[in-house]
Amino acid sequence: MANDPIHQFHLNKLIPLEIGGVDFSFTNSSLFMAVTVAATAGFMIWATSGRGLIPSRAQSVAEIAYEFSSNMLRDAAGSEGMRFFPLVFSLFLFILIANLFGMFPYFFTVTSHIIVTAALAMLVFATVLIAGISRHGLGFFKLFVPSGVPGWLMPLVVAIEVISFLTRPISHSVRLFANMLAGHITLKVFAGFVVSLSALGAVGIAGSILPMLMTIALTALEFLVAFLQAYVFAMLTCMYINDAIHPGGH
Amino acid sequence: MNKSGKDGRPDRRPGTGLEQRLESLETRLEKRRPREEEAGKETSPGNARSGYAIALRLSSEFISAILVGAGIGYLLDTFVGTTPWGMIVFLLIGFAAGIVNVLRSSGEMSDPYRSVWAPEEDDTNGNSPGAHPGEKKE
Repeated sequence: MANDPIHQFHLNKLIPLEIGGVDFSFTNSSLFMAVTVAATAGFMIWATSGRGLIPSRAQSVAEIAYEFSSNMLRDAAGSEGMRFFPLVFSLFLFILIANLFGMFPYFFTVTSHIIVTAALAMLVFATVLIAGISRHGLGFFKLFVPSGVPGWLMPLVVAIEVISFLTRPISHSVRLFANMLAGHITLKVFAGFVVSLSALGAVGIAGSILPMLMTIALTALEFLVAFLQAYVFAMLTCMYINDAIHPGGH
Repeated sequence: MNKSGKDGRPDRRPGTGLEQRLESLETRLEKRRPREEEAGKETSPGNARSGYAIALRLSSEFISAILVGAGIGYLLDTFVGTTPWGMIVFLLIGFAAGIVNVLRSSGEMSDPYRSVWAPEEDDTNGNSPGAHPGEKKE
């Protein structure tokens, strides 16, 4: 159905593939992930190939994207955190471009599936855990022991802190996924109103102006959300990396 | 540019150097700036949106903590066999962790933003009160 708001999230197997009983099919989601990576990498390589002292337009865009995320990381995690810049930069660009690709009609929104965002969040979580333990050893677990807490309260506080730490990948992934999913469904529902109302004749066409305006406003809003959620995801990544570098800093 | 086009303007203010002109431009801009900021605060369409974003952020923090607590309790119960106590205790701890998350993210999320925008905000805050009297340094 053209009016089904959920239809846009269906996964279609483009190249069915099964290895050892596990489904490895190349789906439309995989296609758009590959296109996103190709577009991002291709643009960055193409834009910086000139290496002009006075940047061309494309090079300016690449430089702005670079400086935006490097400032974000440096402010959150200090210059030591710049070691993780490739991770933050690729995450930011991947999510941003995937979100923006999702705004094209008939395109698939990669980040509207929780499995994708959860994989990204688990990547960040594992990076923080491994980097933190390899840098500080057991000192990393000072993260769970806030200073200035009386001894008898400590077990409870540590348990709360540990659970609070474990929630990070969940809230990190759910936020991006829920925003994209909800936004695209709302957009589709209001656009569907336009179609079904205008089928009712002259009165319906006059009445369909309202959902039409709403759809236009929502589209603008979705572009904002696409950028904002990529920014928030990268921002939180920076803050978590800061915890790995300076545990007990907060 | 104006000098060659209109003779009236530079004559009105004889001896206007580049610095003075820049200064007058700055004071005029400063007069405009607070008004624009206020207008932006009152009627920006993004306001409702950011409220929604905050609501989504805080609720996801809160709910995920409870889910993690319940999950840990459930796993503990199935492997250690302390049904139902693990679930009860860890659900409560998860609830507390959710509150901690919400408090922390409502405070902590504003911190990094402040640190990102700190230089600019400090500048505008420092300039705008000083700009009204019109007697700025330099």
